[in-house]
Amino acid sequence: MENVSVDEVKKHVRTYVLVFVSLMFLTVVTVTISLFHLETHLAIILALCIAVIKGSLVASYFMHLISEKKLIFAALTLTVIFFLALMLLPVSHFADRGL
Amino acid sequence: MEIPYTVTPRTDTGVYNAKLGIWLFLASEVMLFGALFSSYVLLRVGAPTWPHGYEHLNIPLATVNTIVLITSSVTMVMAWASLMMKNLSRFRLFMGSTILLALVFLVIKGFEYAAKFEHHLYPSESTFMAIYFTLTGLHGLHVIGGIIVNLYLWGPGREMWKTDPGRFTNRVEVAGLYWHFVDLVWIFLFPVLYLL
Repeated sequence: MENVSVDEVKKHVRTYVLVFVSLMFLTVVTVTISLFHLETHLAIILALCIAVIKGSLVASYFMHLISEKKLIFAALTLTVIFFLALMLLPVSHFADRGL
Repeated sequence: MEIPYTVTPRTDTGVYNAKLGIWLFLASEVMLFGALFSSYVLLRVGAPTWPHGYEHLNIPLATVNTIVLITSSVTMVMAWASLMMKNLSRFRLFMGSTILLALVFLVIKGFEYAAKFEHHLYPSESTFMAIYFTLTGLHGLHVIGGIIVNLYLWGPGREMWKTDPGRFTNRVEVAGLYWHFVDLVWIFLFPVLYLL
């Protein structure tokens, strides 16, 4: 994060504390939901949704993605496309076998 | 010859070189863990039965480890913020805390592994145990890598603060980006392996 003033950093510190509290709360929510032993599909959807929210908070604020340059986003967009392709490989395998 | 763009951003990329470098490295790391997550999905969906993580793994220990790692991410970003506020002693306090928390994470993981071995649960026991040891083991190696880099920055590496504070601050930011990625991977590993 280039050219940031001391006052701006102090504001960031308050945001970091808020993000930390949110992450702790979401961790408690994830564990609490798991105690109910929900049906597998619902449990997977809920757990992954919470994990995506937590991951977005870490990436946006701790990794400063929220104020990052275009080039970094371009590299990450390509990464996301290839990552999704990797995740779809098992789906294509089972679709091919008619499962 | 002086290395260019260690402090000031390049006009064409808009960032200093090390930042572009670490993001490209992290992109490759996403693909490394992505390949293993994809294998996990393939093996789990293809298996006639799959055990629930909570039947074999220690949820309370893993929850504590999640809290420890998230806290270490906060202390890491606070270490960088301290340098931005020109406070080296606070940087040392927060970076030292990050290192200690990372060690706590490894110790807890060690207890978890020891309990598995005591019950003769090795990677060869089942596909589930194989993927559990592979994913957590690779993540553990990343934690060890982070500890080594952070120890250097906390110890001898901080000498650069006297001669080139801007460059040292950027080094800490880059190490922080790596450390937050390690935290991010755990945020997904925890529910996938332990809770589902």
